Amino acid sequence: MKLSETFRNGLIKENPIFVQLVGMCSTLAVTTSAKNGLAMGLAVTGVLVGSNLVISLIRNVIPDKIRIPSFIVVIATFVTMIEMFMKAYAPALYSALGLFIPLIVVNCIIFARAESFASKNKPIPAIVDGLGMGLGYTLALIILASIRELLGAGTLFDHQIMSASYQPALIAIMPPGAFIILGILIGIFNKVRMSNEEKKAAEETKSAVEA
Amino acid sequence: MSLFTILISTIFVNNYVFARFLGICPFLGVSKKTDTAFGMGVAVTFVITLSSIITYFIQKGILDTLNLGYLQTIVFILVIATLVQFVEMVMKKTSPTLYNALGVYLPLITTNCVVLGVAILNIQEGYNLIQTIVNAIGASIGFTLALVLMAGVREQLELADVPKALEGFPITLIASGLMAIAFLGFNGLV
Repeated sequence: MKLSETFRNGLIKENPIFVQLVGMCSTLAVTTSAKNGLAMGLAVTGVLVGSNLVISLIRNVIPDKIRIPSFIVVIATFVTMIEMFMKAYAPALYSALGLFIPLIVVNCIIFARAESFASKNKPIPAIVDGLGMGLGYTLALIILASIRELLGAGTLFDHQIMSASYQPALIAIMPPGAFIILGILIGIFNKVRMSNEEKKAAEETKSAVEA
Repeated sequence: MSLFTILISTIFVNNYVFARFLGICPFLGVSKKTDTAFGMGVAVTFVITLSSIITYFIQKGILDTLNLGYLQTIVFILVIATLVQFVEMVMKKTSPTLYNALGVYLPLITTNCVVLGVAILNIQEGYNLIQTIVNAIGASIGFTLALVLMAGVREQLELADVPKALEGFPITLIASGLMAIAFLGFNGLV
């Protein structure tokens, strides 16, 4: 697979949240504001790129039987690094994201990429895959968080967007809002994908008929 | 905080699934049938309680005394992964029936964020050993409750006429949202 294809694959075609449906815990929990969503997305991207690179480098050294514990140690190391980095340089964000920074360790998306991509590919594609998946995750997080923040607080990245008379629908930034809005978003994503596929299938039959 | 308050708060008010968003993956993955949901709940209860006790002693005995607090994440996840493997082995030897019933869920538990989340929260909240155990049990009951309730809803959803784009995952998320609204009703109980 070409590098650009690997990258796009993570960003849209195999988007971790909208298509693969992994890493839901942090997705639902931290998307109360667009800023938190962006920060969480970048933290996950950082861990993903780092762990993909290292796992790809040592993929031939690790015996197959103990690969899972070894992956966990590599991932946990990067999570700890990100955790310490955020604690030092962005304490406000660190306390807003709280528990979910250490919990990046058990985010299925990182483990899934290590197991299914990084352990089978060379370092460069592994980095690109990490970047694509990470940014796809970030993109989904920002979309969800922006909708929730806009509806629930009337702001976007802390800037007032809605007019002053707008009554914020608090439910959107409360836990139920996360479930419902994500459910609807995935539904829309499915709908768009389905109609695209239908269009493609219709075109193919049309060209077949013409030929 | 009294023990009873901790228990009620973790089961209902701050339910780990609906209010704290921990353990969403198994919640959505294993909640298709009521009996498998219950099996998963029991397996998780077992692992959460054991891992909470062990991580408590590791934190107090090793990490705090040696000033290694920053290794918390790495150490805890390794302990949990080992524990799950260990429980699986012991269960296979001593109780094949239980193993057959829970076997498939056990490996899944390692990447269940409830387990790590509870272990870290116990330390963050500064609970003592008894409070840690109560919190672990409350968290597991809350998780099992959410799982079994959701399984009941999903068994009915199978029969419902859902728009094609919403089938499966999206409609489950929306149903969970409605259930989370119900759980909001417990706010102010503690």
